[in-house]
Amino acid sequence: MKKSMLLVLTLMLSFALAACGQNNAAPNTAGTNGSTTDEASASNGGNAATSELSGSILAVGSSALQPLVDQASKKFMDQNPNVSIQVQGGGSGTGLTQVSGGQADIGNSDVFAEEKLDAAQASELVDHQVAVVAMAAVVNPDITVDNLTKDQLVQIFTGKITNWKDLGGPDQAIQIVNRPSSSGTRATFEKYALGTKTEDLQGSIQEDSSGTVKKLVSETPGAIGYLALSYLDDTVKAVKYEGVDATEENVANGTYPVWAYEHMYTKGEPNEVVKAFLDYMVSPDVQGDNGDVVELGYIPTSKMQVVRDVDGNITKK
Amino acid sequence: MAQSGGRKKIQPHIVEEWTGKIYASFCIVLLVVTIFSMVYYVATKGLSTFVQDGISLGEIFGSTNWKPDGEPPMFGALPFILGSFSTSILAALIAAPLGICAALFMVEIMPKFGKKYLQPVIELLAGIPSVVYGFVGLSIIVPFYRDIFPGQGLGILAGATVLSIMILPTITSIATDALSALPPGLKEGSYALGATRWQTLSRTVLPTTMPSLLTGVVLGMARAFGEALAVQMVIGNAPHIPRSLFESTSTLTSVITLSMGNTVMGTTQNNVLWTLALILMLMTFVFVFIVRWLEGRAKR
Repeated sequence: MKKSMLLVLTLMLSFALAACGQNNAAPNTAGTNGSTTDEASASNGGNAATSELSGSILAVGSSALQPLVDQASKKFMDQNPNVSIQVQGGGSGTGLTQVSGGQADIGNSDVFAEEKLDAAQASELVDHQVAVVAMAAVVNPDITVDNLTKDQLVQIFTGKITNWKDLGGPDQAIQIVNRPSSSGTRATFEKYALGTKTEDLQGSIQEDSSGTVKKLVSETPGAIGYLALSYLDDTVKAVKYEGVDATEENVANGTYPVWAYEHMYTKGEPNEVVKAFLDYMVSPDVQGDNGDVVELGYIPTSKMQVVRDVDGNITKK
Repeated sequence: MAQSGGRKKIQPHIVEEWTGKIYASFCIVLLVVTIFSMVYYVATKGLSTFVQDGISLGEIFGSTNWKPDGEPPMFGALPFILGSFSTSILAALIAAPLGICAALFMVEIMPKFGKKYLQPVIELLAGIPSVVYGFVGLSIIVPFYRDIFPGQGLGILAGATVLSIMILPTITSIATDALSALPPGLKEGSYALGATRWQTLSRTVLPTTMPSLLTGVVLGMARAFGEALAVQMVIGNAPHIPRSLFESTSTLTSVITLSMGNTVMGTTQNNVLWTLALILMLMTFVFVFIVRWLEGRAKR
């Protein structure tokens, strides 16, 4: 009994000490994921005079982009046996933090770095756009509504319309299946489909993974959510946005606006090995009709007939 | 004799003893350093919300407005704290009677069958990964609640149900140990006085083992409090206090796992998440303290 008291007291004391130490602790924006630093520093070695590439690359970040980088990296490693590439998830925020702090060689992100980091940090990063992901609003298959305008979507996601009958559908309460407010997917949907930030409403559902969102939308009566095009199938019903079908074609020619680039950021210009890998990511092997980008349901950047900058201005190529 | 001559060979058992001592102390030091640096790290990151970002304690603990992206951003964590407590307490309320009754059955009523079949089955529950629990909850429990109760199915009760199955093995195995450790004389005395089995169990066995049984329940609650993935999948994750047991809400763990990867280190939102982690850790210490206190009572 006495010993246990001592243990608890010791822990309390350590808190008190921690609180005192706070003042001189650095802001520590770099993040201190010990395990990743070794790999990152290891990549700076390697590849001397030989033309053969060797070294290791650590790519961290967006879980939406992870499958593509993962698959491409395996093929790249087959071609270059001396290169080892590690691909980790963790979210766009983690990817950007780690590449900015130097723990990772490549930071994968669903959003522009300027949207997450402050301007000084973002300006150090070099953007490599490797694919485009488009999103569609999806509803439960029992909902008869086929088309939603921007205004209607905003009213749904801000809670002003709460029943499908107001939109010409069945008398069924609307159930929002959203993403967490910090997620890159949600940021894209809010920016390009709604044009406004929304708050988490009482009773709305937030799920992180596309699989769970799809499952909930397909099962919950009156549910509405949004998914990347690669996740669409018969279990959910994709609705048109402003009368435009969410298809790859409409995204490429610029008529369907709800899409975003998948970014692979490096800090400054990449070294030889990282550059070779990034070049491979945009090569026809990966981006072509039989490449990994198409296979995994992303849209190749080469197919896009429009270009969008960080402020959302769209220009024809 | 051996110690006197400096050149004499050191005897093997001394070497063994010292190797053992050094190895053991190394392990202990490593453990202590790891624990303390973790506590220190979480505490510094968690407290920077108040020191660096100037958010008041009252806002975190007293406000129900969680709008990290709002203008101005608001960080009321009360819905998460309430969500964590309500799910874990409810889970313990569901699991405690089941676990204690199962232990009574295995120890007192059918020791042979219980030890041979029931105990391995219950212990097996402890080995199932939490993502499996979450997925089962999402595929079976949530649709079940959605069909029979008004609401979405997701929410506190779905979370508590999943958690109660997860903490059942903890409660049961501790209760089993406590009941088996009871001196047989107590029960025999009770029977000798003419008490029935029910009277013996309810008036003698349960009251004497109560502190140990509660230890199991509190440990189970601690586990429920810290469980993240399974809860996150079935609770819905809306940052609001729900109006019913079947409405989407959040816990401390679910909001951390949902947002940690998407926020940038050093930003206010990230720091607030660390504060939530600090609250979780402090709560775990409280649970450990309660367990110690109960154990102290059990020994008396």
